[in-house]
Amino acid sequence: MINSIGPPGMRLSVMADSKISVEQVRHVARLARLELSAADEAALQANLSEILQYIDQLNRLDTSAVAPTAQVGEAGAPMREDVVANRPDPEAMLANAPARAGHLFKVPRIIE
Amino acid sequence: MTSELNRMTIAEARDGLARREFSALELTRACLEQIKLVDPKINAFITVCAREALEQAAAADRRLAAGDAPALCGIPLAIKDIYATRGVRTTCASKMLENFVPPFDATVIARLREAGAVFIGKANMDEFAMGSSTENSAFGVTRNPHNVERVPGGSSGGSAAAVAADECLGALGTDTGGSIRLPAAFCGVAGIKPTYSRVSRYGVIAYASSLDQVGPFAKTVRDAAILLRTLAGHDPHDSTCSARPVPDYESALTGDVRGMRIGVPKEYFVAGMEPQVETAIRDALASYERLGAKLVEISLPHTEYAIAAYYIVATAEASANLARYDGIRYGLRVDADNTGELYNRTRAAGFGAEVKRRIMLGTFVLSAGYYDAYYLKGQKVRTLIRGDFDRAFERCDVIATPVAPTTAFKIGEKMADPLQMYLSDIFTISVNLAGLPGLSIPCGFDRDGLPIGLQLIGEPFAEETILRAGDAFERTGAVKRRAAIL
Repeated sequence: MINSIGPPGMRLSVMADSKISVEQVRHVARLARLELSAADEAALQANLSEILQYIDQLNRLDTSAVAPTAQVGEAGAPMREDVVANRPDPEAMLANAPARAGHLFKVPRIIE
Repeated sequence: MTSELNRMTIAEARDGLARREFSALELTRACLEQIKLVDPKINAFITVCAREALEQAAAADRRLAAGDAPALCGIPLAIKDIYATRGVRTTCASKMLENFVPPFDATVIARLREAGAVFIGKANMDEFAMGSSTENSAFGVTRNPHNVERVPGGSSGGSAAAVAADECLGALGTDTGGSIRLPAAFCGVAGIKPTYSRVSRYGVIAYASSLDQVGPFAKTVRDAAILLRTLAGHDPHDSTCSARPVPDYESALTGDVRGMRIGVPKEYFVAGMEPQVETAIRDALASYERLGAKLVEISLPHTEYAIAAYYIVATAEASANLARYDGIRYGLRVDADNTGELYNRTRAAGFGAEVKRRIMLGTFVLSAGYYDAYYLKGQKVRTLIRGDFDRAFERCDVIATPVAPTTAFKIGEKMADPLQMYLSDIFTISVNLAGLPGLSIPCGFDRDGLPIGLQLIGEPFAEETILRAGDAFERTGAVKRRAAIL
C-alpha cells in the first residue's frame, strides 16, 4: 500500500481504504499531545480513515459561494468593565493540583 | 404513600410540599431508597450525594415552614457529572478528572440551589459527553431501566435513566448533538435542548462550544417547563449567553394547538427507520391533526450531510477545549522527566478511546493543509443546514420528526464501530448545528416495551411553542408514562 501525506484532493497515491497514513496518525498525535501505542496507531488509522471517507460526501456539495458559520448565537460579544469579578482563594485553586510546592504548581525541570 | 413519593412529578411534589402533605426530607429519602434499590441494576449515578441531599432537604423544609418556598424548593434532581458542583467530585466520567473537586458552582447549579433544589447525585454519562450510549464512561455502563440489556442513549444517559427509574424527580443533561434528546427517547422521558445561548454554560465542562447547550430531563413536559424557567437567563460569566427575558414557560402550556402548522420533513422518513418507530410517529402526527394542528410537508435537503459536518466542527472544537487537560493544575498526572512527556503520558492515561479518537479527528481537520478541505468545508455545510431550517420555518411553526430511527440498541452492539454509533444521532444533530430548540417526548412503545421518542423542533427562542405542542400531545393520554420494570 502506498501512502502519501499530500494535501487533500491530491489523493492519487492513497488507496481508498486508507485516507490517512500511519505517519499522519503519528504527526497528529504529536500535535494533540497524545502518546499512542502501536495498537492505538493502527486502530486510529482504520477508524479515522473510515470516518474521513464518510466525511468526503460533503464534496458532493458546491460550497464555493457559501459563507462559513462559526457561531449561531446572537451577534456580537458583549463588552464589560475590566474589573475583577471573582477573587479566587489560592488554597481552593491549588487543592486539585497533582503536585504543589507551597503556593505553586510543581512541574518537572524545564531548564537544565 | 411515603414510599411512592419518588414516583411523583415535580408539579405534584411542589403542590404536596406546599400543602405540607409530606416533607422535603421524606421526598429525598424516598429517592435515596429507590437509588439503593435499583441503582445497582442500572448504574445511573457516579456519585450519590446522600448526606448533602438530606441537608439540602432539611433546609428546604425550614423554608417551606417559614412560607418562603422558592420555585424548586425540596425537589430532588440528578445532575449530569459534567456540571461543576462546589465541594462535590465532578468527573465528566473520565479518569482524567476522577478526583477533581470544583471550587465553584456552575451558574445553573447556583440557580438551582437558590431555587431550593436538592442535588441527589452526579449522573453517569459518556466521557466528556462524547457518545450516544453512555458506554464510554470510565465508571461503567449505564443500563436502560426499561430493559437492562439495552443502552439508555447518550451522552446524558445516567440523567435520563435516573428520571425513568424514579430515582429523582428531574435531571440536568447537556446536548451537543442529541445528548439530551436521544436518552430521553430511549428511556421514555421528556428532555429539552433549548436554543443555543438560552442557558449559561459557565461551569459546564466544555466539549464543543459552538454546539453545547444545557437542558433538563423530566417525567412530563410541564416539569421540563418548570425546570427550564429556573435554568434559563443571562449570565455575565458566559459571553454567548442571551440577555433576552425568560418567559414563564409553564403558562405557555395551554393545551391549544389549533392552527399550529407542524412541518414534517420528508428526508426524515427514509429507509433504515424501524417500522414501529415510523408508525408511532405517524400516529402522533394524526393526534395533532385531531387537536386542530395542520400538517405541512417540508424539505430539509441537507439532512444527510449533518453528521459529516458535525464530526468536523464538534471534534475540531473538542481538540481545542480538551487541550487544557495537561496534568499541571488539576486532574490526573503521569509523571515524566520533562513536561512534554508528562503531557503526552497524562493524556494517554487519562482519556478513553472515544475521546482520543475525537481529539485526533479534530486535530487533523484543523491541521496545516487540511483546514480548508475539512474544517472550513464543515462550517460552510453548517450554513446550508441552517438555511434549510430558515426556509422550512417560513411554512411551519414546529417541525416534528422521530428522535432516532430505532429504539434503544443492545449494550455492546455499536462499540466496535464508531461510525455506526455516530449515525444514531442522524435526526438530532442538525438542530445543534442550527442552534435551535428541540424537545423529545415519549410517543409510544415498541413490541418489546422500549420507548419511542418524538422530536419537536422550534425556531430560535420558541421554547414556549414546542413545549406547548409537547404538552398538548401528552394531555391526550395517548401514551401513558410506563414505570420502568426493575
